[in-house]
Amino acid sequence: MVAAPLAAVAFRAGGVRLSTPDLAALRFTLLQAGLSALISVALAVPVAKALARRRFPLRGLLITLMGAPFLLPVIVAVIGLITVFGRSGWVNAGLATLGLPGFSIYGLHGVVIAHVFLNLPLAVRMILQAWVSVPSERFRLAASLGFRPRDIARHIERPMLASVLPGALATVFAICLTSFAVALTLGGGPRATTLELAIYQAIRFEFDLGDAAGLSLIQTGIGAFAALLAWRLASAPGFGAGLDRALPLPAPAGWRRLADAGWLLLAAAFLLLPLLALILRGLPGLAELPPSLWGASLRSVLVALISTLVTVAAGLTLALGVARSRSRRMELNAVLPLAVSGLVLGTGLFLIARPFASPGQLALPVTVLVNAVMALPFVYRLLITDARALEADYGRLAASLDLQGVARLRYLTLPRLARPLGFAAGVAAALSMGDLGVIALFASGQEATLPLLVQQLMGAYRTEAAAAAALVLITLSFGLFWIFDAGGRHVQAR
Amino acid sequence: MRPMRPFLAACLASLPLAAAAETPVLTVMTYDSFTTEWGPGPAVEKAFEEVCGCDLRFVTGGDGAALLARLQLEGAATEADVVLGLDNNLTAQARATGLFAPHGEAAPTGLPVAFEDDLFLPWDWGWFAFVYDRTKTAMPPEDFRALGDSDLKIVIQDPRSSTPGLGLLMWVKAAYGDRAPEIWTGLSDNILTVTPGWSEAYGLFLGGEADMVLSYTTSPAYHRLAEKDDSKDWAEFAEGHYLQIEVAGILASSKQPELAKEFIAFTQSPAFQSVIPETNWMYPATEIALPEGFETHRPAKSLLLTADEALEARGPALAEWQASLGQ
Repeated sequence: MVAAPLAAVAFRAGGVRLSTPDLAALRFTLLQAGLSALISVALAVPVAKALARRRFPLRGLLITLMGAPFLLPVIVAVIGLITVFGRSGWVNAGLATLGLPGFSIYGLHGVVIAHVFLNLPLAVRMILQAWVSVPSERFRLAASLGFRPRDIARHIERPMLASVLPGALATVFAICLTSFAVALTLGGGPRATTLELAIYQAIRFEFDLGDAAGLSLIQTGIGAFAALLAWRLASAPGFGAGLDRALPLPAPAGWRRLADAGWLLLAAAFLLLPLLALILRGLPGLAELPPSLWGASLRSVLVALISTLVTVAAGLTLALGVARSRSRRMELNAVLPLAVSGLVLGTGLFLIARPFASPGQLALPVTVLVNAVMALPFVYRLLITDARALEADYGRLAASLDLQGVARLRYLTLPRLARPLGFAAGVAAALSMGDLGVIALFASGQEATLPLLVQQLMGAYRTEAAAAAALVLITLSFGLFWIFDAGGRHVQAR
Repeated sequence: MRPMRPFLAACLASLPLAAAAETPVLTVMTYDSFTTEWGPGPAVEKAFEEVCGCDLRFVTGGDGAALLARLQLEGAATEADVVLGLDNNLTAQARATGLFAPHGEAAPTGLPVAFEDDLFLPWDWGWFAFVYDRTKTAMPPEDFRALGDSDLKIVIQDPRSSTPGLGLLMWVKAAYGDRAPEIWTGLSDNILTVTPGWSEAYGLFLGGEADMVLSYTTSPAYHRLAEKDDSKDWAEFAEGHYLQIEVAGILASSKQPELAKEFIAFTQSPAFQSVIPETNWMYPATEIALPEGFETHRPAKSLLLTADEALEARGPALAEWQASLGQ
């Protein structure tokens, strides 16, 4: 799915031209993606730890809400961030009242802040999931052996983190590799040129498809390298199976309690304030929404549901297959779509599909397909840890009982993977809702999805209506995410 | 039995399905915002279908540059008969594709400069300008140098991904030629950020992030007429203002050249032109009356590079832009 469109673009161009890429663009791309990945994951560890071992009112709601930034359409997220951190934003207004110098979000640090905002939620959830899938018996054993927090960190938490961090790093890195709107809008000028922008330039400005295919190949290659590296570094945790008893994790008191509370407050403020800003911005325009909003909403929800079904089915198959065979090539396949340029993917699909039907008829099917492919890496990444544990802990038992096919799926796989499956389905649905994707290349005017409508309103001076449509979009994607996520947790908790 | 036959035939002919199959379909490829419910598309479609006895169908894709890229991908296999929405910075490249046929119309006279092109016919136009908020900026700069010397923060668009961004590149080039890099260096500390497209930049300006934004002289008219808000204005620059001229062209591959020509002629009619100011927020190409309050002042001088000059200047101007702002 990734290779075919790329090949189509290259074929049309009569070959791939590996021109020396703009070295500055390559350097900036690697720098911002590397920093974004490191900082996102470094911040995610203490936040996930605090969430894993503390119990407090509304904890479940906080976990769900903190996932929201990841689900925002990029440009909407940027608007929310600028409302809070921008030149005339809340933070600067606060600093000015205190008589402190202002803070500028434009530059490399702004790009990194935005990427951390977008990807911290994903990193937290990946690490949190690894934390709660350590059987509680291990922590009880640690407690009965008189382990102090430092010993727990050494014997339980470090091996657990070693199994999950490389994958988390590679995933965030690959997402940030293809960054375009964030890097440009917050980067402050041509210094912030990324490879994706160079691809954009090659297709739109120079119509040089060979160059575009070459640049895209470099970009995908870097992503693949990161994925390979991650998988070499990741180790199997090997905690074994437990009795599934939901026991509280040891929650040390004292300064550690305060530190946990501090991390949670900081993360919640960082992630939720821009969301609040978007809600406040969207409310006044709700009355101005055009009638086409309803059709666009319905279309977006349908596209999201179908692509979720496709991608979850594919992701589960892939994850179970990898867990059973430990095949590494399959694993690579699951990470590649992250690092491929959306514009090249769209252009390639356009070239492939063009001889068979008119682009207008293909707009929605192609959008479903591309959304499913783009969400596959996340679904896979969210399922693989638990799929491996499932295979290691229950594979032999299931084999000895000759549990196969539908029965195995029904009695073993689905119940034990319900939590990650629900979360993965929620992420896939929300990503598909929010993605402008390739619809802009194919749409024929009548088939706008919600993100496209937001863009059209913004492009027609209707800023208030655009903010309101963005609010509807956020609400719907978050609603879909919540239904799937809560559903999964409910099933597994039974 | 015999008298039944003409009757049956009449019945069949009056069936909507059969009728639809006989109505010719004219496919017009245009940019995305043209066909939205608040754009010119719906009114244009209704007015043209009343006179042509045909079905007018729009296909859209992104903005002007995306249209050209798509045409280059599709070549002569394109389903479009007419393309509406390329601009003067793209016509040289569009001409080189060899996909267009002459339109055969006389050039419209509502433009501030003469624009003659046998393949591409103007249907609306506007001047690029920096738009500001009068309640916040009392004395706007009067040229690029004054802007560069000021403390004002501006938002511009990237020329690699946006047509207004490319327009600004040409504006500075047309006004300053070889001294363009000096101007860009002067502006570098004023540029708050560079956005991928017009809508992000304008959104940042309206949100109060920047003092000025690169847009059109007609942008304040939107706020004045549609929102009854008189606070926005554009700053007149002594160098003159660069023009964006949007053009239509007939594809040589069209299977309905007559109908396509009819549509091209229709773009010059009052029915089409009168819709433009308050839907596309640009100037109409013909000399028709502007809506009340649409224009308060106009630039004394217009700048325009010819299509070939623009194409030739593009690459070097982009390199200068990157070098001057990239440090």
